[in-house]
Amino acid sequence: MSLPPLSVTAGMGRRLVLAALAGSAADLAGVALIASAAWLITRAAEQPPLAALSVAIVAVRAFATTRGVFRYGERLAGHDVALRAQAGTRERLYRALIPAGPLPQRGADLLSRMVDDTDAVQDLLVRCLLPAAAALVTGVTAVAVTAFLLPAAAFALAAGLLAAGVLLPVVTSAAARRWSARVAPARADLAARVADLVHGAADLAAYGARDRALAAAMDADGRLARLERGQARINAAALGAGMLTQGLTVVAVVLVAQAAGLGRVATAVAALTSLVAFEPALPLAAAGERFAGVRAALRRLGETAATPPAVREPADPAPPPEPPLTVEVEDLVVRHGDREPALNGVSLTLTPGRRVAVVGPSGAGKSTLLSALMRTVEFESGAIRLNGADVRRLSSDDVRALVTGLTQDPYVFQATVADNLRLAGPDASAEELRAAVRRARLDAWTERTGWDTVLGEDGRTVSGGQLQRLALARALLYDPPVLVLDEPAEALDEDTADLLMADLLDATRGRTTLLVTHRLHGLEQVDEIVVLEGGRVAQRGTHADLVAVPGYYRDLWESEALTRHLA
Amino acid sequence: MHKDLLRLARAERSVRLHLACCLAAAVAAGLLVLVQAELLAGVLSGRFTVAALFPLALVVASRGLLGSAQGVLAGRAATALKSALRRRLLGRVEALGPAYRSGELVTLTGRGLDALDPYLTGYLPAVAVAGVVPIAVVVRLFVADLATAVIVVLTLPLIPIFGALVGWTTRAVTERQWRALSRLGGHFLDVVRGLPTLRAFGRARHQASVIREVAEAHRAATMRTLRVAFLSSLVLELVASLSLALVAVPVGLRLLSGSLDLGTALLVLLLAPEAYLPLRAMGTRFHAAMEGVAAADEAFAVIDSPERPRESRSPAPTAPAAASGPPRIRLEEVTVRYPGREEAALDRVSLVIEPGERVAIVGPSGAGKSTLLHLLLGFVAPTEGRVLVDGTDLAGLDLDEWRRRLAFVPQRPHLFATSVADNIALGSAATPEEIRAAAEAARVAEFAGALPRGYDTPLGERGANLSAGQRQRVALARAFCRPGAQALLLDEPTARLDGRSEAAIVAATRRLAEGRTAIIVAHRPAMIDLADRIVRLDGGALVPVGPAPASPVATRGGEAR
Repeated sequence: MSLPPLSVTAGMGRRLVLAALAGSAADLAGVALIASAAWLITRAAEQPPLAALSVAIVAVRAFATTRGVFRYGERLAGHDVALRAQAGTRERLYRALIPAGPLPQRGADLLSRMVDDTDAVQDLLVRCLLPAAAALVTGVTAVAVTAFLLPAAAFALAAGLLAAGVLLPVVTSAAARRWSARVAPARADLAARVADLVHGAADLAAYGARDRALAAAMDADGRLARLERGQARINAAALGAGMLTQGLTVVAVVLVAQAAGLGRVATAVAALTSLVAFEPALPLAAAGERFAGVRAALRRLGETAATPPAVREPADPAPPPEPPLTVEVEDLVVRHGDREPALNGVSLTLTPGRRVAVVGPSGAGKSTLLSALMRTVEFESGAIRLNGADVRRLSSDDVRALVTGLTQDPYVFQATVADNLRLAGPDASAEELRAAVRRARLDAWTERTGWDTVLGEDGRTVSGGQLQRLALARALLYDPPVLVLDEPAEALDEDTADLLMADLLDATRGRTTLLVTHRLHGLEQVDEIVVLEGGRVAQRGTHADLVAVPGYYRDLWESEALTRHLA
Repeated sequence: MHKDLLRLARAERSVRLHLACCLAAAVAAGLLVLVQAELLAGVLSGRFTVAALFPLALVVASRGLLGSAQGVLAGRAATALKSALRRRLLGRVEALGPAYRSGELVTLTGRGLDALDPYLTGYLPAVAVAGVVPIAVVVRLFVADLATAVIVVLTLPLIPIFGALVGWTTRAVTERQWRALSRLGGHFLDVVRGLPTLRAFGRARHQASVIREVAEAHRAATMRTLRVAFLSSLVLELVASLSLALVAVPVGLRLLSGSLDLGTALLVLLLAPEAYLPLRAMGTRFHAAMEGVAAADEAFAVIDSPERPRESRSPAPTAPAAASGPPRIRLEEVTVRYPGREEAALDRVSLVIEPGERVAIVGPSGAGKSTLLHLLLGFVAPTEGRVLVDGTDLAGLDLDEWRRRLAFVPQRPHLFATSVADNIALGSAATPEEIRAAAEAARVAEFAGALPRGYDTPLGERGANLSAGQRQRVALARAFCRPGAQALLLDEPTARLDGRSEAAIVAATRRLAEGRTAIIVAHRPAMIDLADRIVRLDGGALVPVGPAPASPVATRGGEAR
């Protein structure tokens, strides 16, 4: 099984062995209980002196008691190991993701599937590996005991156990793998049709297309149901085959014993041992089915953990330069994959206290430029220098300590308002928090909401405008030597956006700032405007320079002027 | 069984049949265990000859077959029931209205219903077996050996009693722990999602140790709970195995004294565990089954929820004779109230829109602009007042008929998980040429050619990602693809677009609006300029408006008439 680079059970060998031993002991006690009871009864029928039975009587009582105790120990140890393994897997996965570039799988649903995948580690241990280990120990012991009574019977038992405990799980696992390759797309198809019906309800109603969409969804449901029925047939066949194997093995053991003229006591012990020895082996068929899913989950996790890092870190990073900083970008070329370069020969200089705005249509490379500056995207050629030091010789963490701010898609954590801010300043005083919030014009909202209110998915929802302001407050609280701001007025309504931009330009006066925006209002205040189009610098200059000449900037300015200040 | 599920299972023939057969197979397989024990005890005690192994093998084979049949039938019953539920759930979508907890509904209808599988395929058969087999075993034991039967009868009730007792005392703790577990998963997901933000502020590495600490604290708490919770399984295990010892040891001693024969003794030994097993099997499936019950409850809560009072169609809509030409729309003192909201979304609005007139609706967000469009579409009905179309009350019109006369472009159009062409042709039987023409007109053609498979490129969640402007243009193409539409309802079609995309949409809209009644919710001058007249809404009410100052187009009326 190809698990690494994400080892699931690293450093837990002793606990694993302990859990497996407890499980084996519980199963063995179960077999021993029946075997000793069978011996007791058949031997008693021969009416020996009572003393001959005393050991068996004690054994029956002892095994009856210990079976439950061992089972209890197994379940505790097993869950402890599973929880540890899951926690360890999550931490290792997270550590692997810290330097990673964009994940091969994207989207919120895929991300939550990744989290579910780490749950599979628990199933791997509790439902697959530990029961398999216990079944193995029990099976081998039962075969050994039977071999002591009659080797031929042991042979029959071993064959039966192999069929039920190895062959069937292999078959169910392979079948589950094959079926899930067909079921998963059918399931996704159904989900898409259902989402269309629900989220597109208004469009469907307005266009009278609802019945057709409903029929398409029920068709998808029918296709999925057919596949699920097929899956159920395989599992049912495995279940029946297991029961059949168990019964026929017992029949075979009795037949062999009687043919060999084995005594009544030994025959009964061999037969009942065989019967009970199957109990840990039979659930393995279902475990095999689950194992296929677990394996797929672990493979996905392994692939995620192996995501290549976003940038090459230097083996021996140079010391970070001291502020005030001059940022020089020279002939920068950035390419995502094998596509056309996202940035193609961009140059720009940001001296201390200077403010530069980057504008341009979506897809022009504005955000890519910021990512390159923050070292979350590697560049192909050209250079970025901080006070003359090549950023490729610095650790990316050091670069981001100097150049950071409001990034694309800022995130609200499931934490209090204060903690959401504090992540940008763990040691900030209450006064500093209040100042940052005030400058981001978020103070009225924080007063209304309360500093200790939990935000995020389970907590209070945050509107787009509040989110941008929260992110801006974080950036101001962090107060980096070079402040970058990626579309700070994104998702705000016009009036709010104007207010925010005005405050922002006010708050950044005299601060080294790189502002990415698609709104031109207020840009007459910045020192330089760089217009990007198709990854190249199309125009540059001050606001006055740019509105004086025809081009993208003037077009946009005129269109914006037209849409402004509606009565 | 779950009351509503039972009702549904009765109503659906396929579910009823398969479920009944599945339960019968489970019970039959359970009862065959008695026969198996009888034969095995007989052979081992020497009461039967070796020849009895043949019927034993037959019994074993029958059990295997019945077990398989049970699984297959359970699978059929489960898929049939899920399909039936899905059909009912999806049938409710329209009646519940667009705002109804849509995300939850999608999850419930998709994966959520799968929680019914363990309930139907595992728990219900286990319940059936537990209801029949222990009784049969006890009866057989009474016939075979009274003393053993008494021991079993006395200890058997301990299993459900202890099960319920321990389950009851630990349930609150266990539930709290389950919630903690999902919170833990939530925390991890939260941190991974926020990784770019953490990276930006140099806090990414710090969070790794937080993840470990949170998980460790959770593990310690969970183990404390489990130590108690697993006591239940310890007790049940002990009751079952100690009962076996309680049976086996006296039986052995009575054999010694000669007061019992070996055949009966072995039968008792083989049968006694079978009395406990079904009850324990039922117990282990209980937790998973309860998730199924929760899913069923959720599904029936949606299915049985009261219909929105909004869409009050008259019992016998009198469809208008295929009215030709753009409609004249008249609102008379219309008030719309959404349930649970204090303020009216629309407050005594009176408005006349003449055939072929182009009206821009402006106003701050929450003013009732979208509600006005939804009113005309029949998504909501007036709480008071009425809407007249060419003099006929909208409530009396066949809504499907009326909507065929409309073309609607919502603020956030939904792109379906079908091809670009199918998205444009939504609800119409347009030819490929007509679709192309609509795409040209709405300037979809500009970007459709660059998509991987052109007009056949699948869209939607798993399909190509279009920008906001491109999505808007696809929605506009839908409107172009309905040449028969006589009224145009547009909801801020240029919101979230940059200047250049806006110009393209405005030009396309201008052409689309020709010869049609157009009601355009707008907030950008370029779009407002299209209109003959501006209507301003604020707080659900009409407010007077002067002519748009920057507008080169002469405004007609200026105020609502």
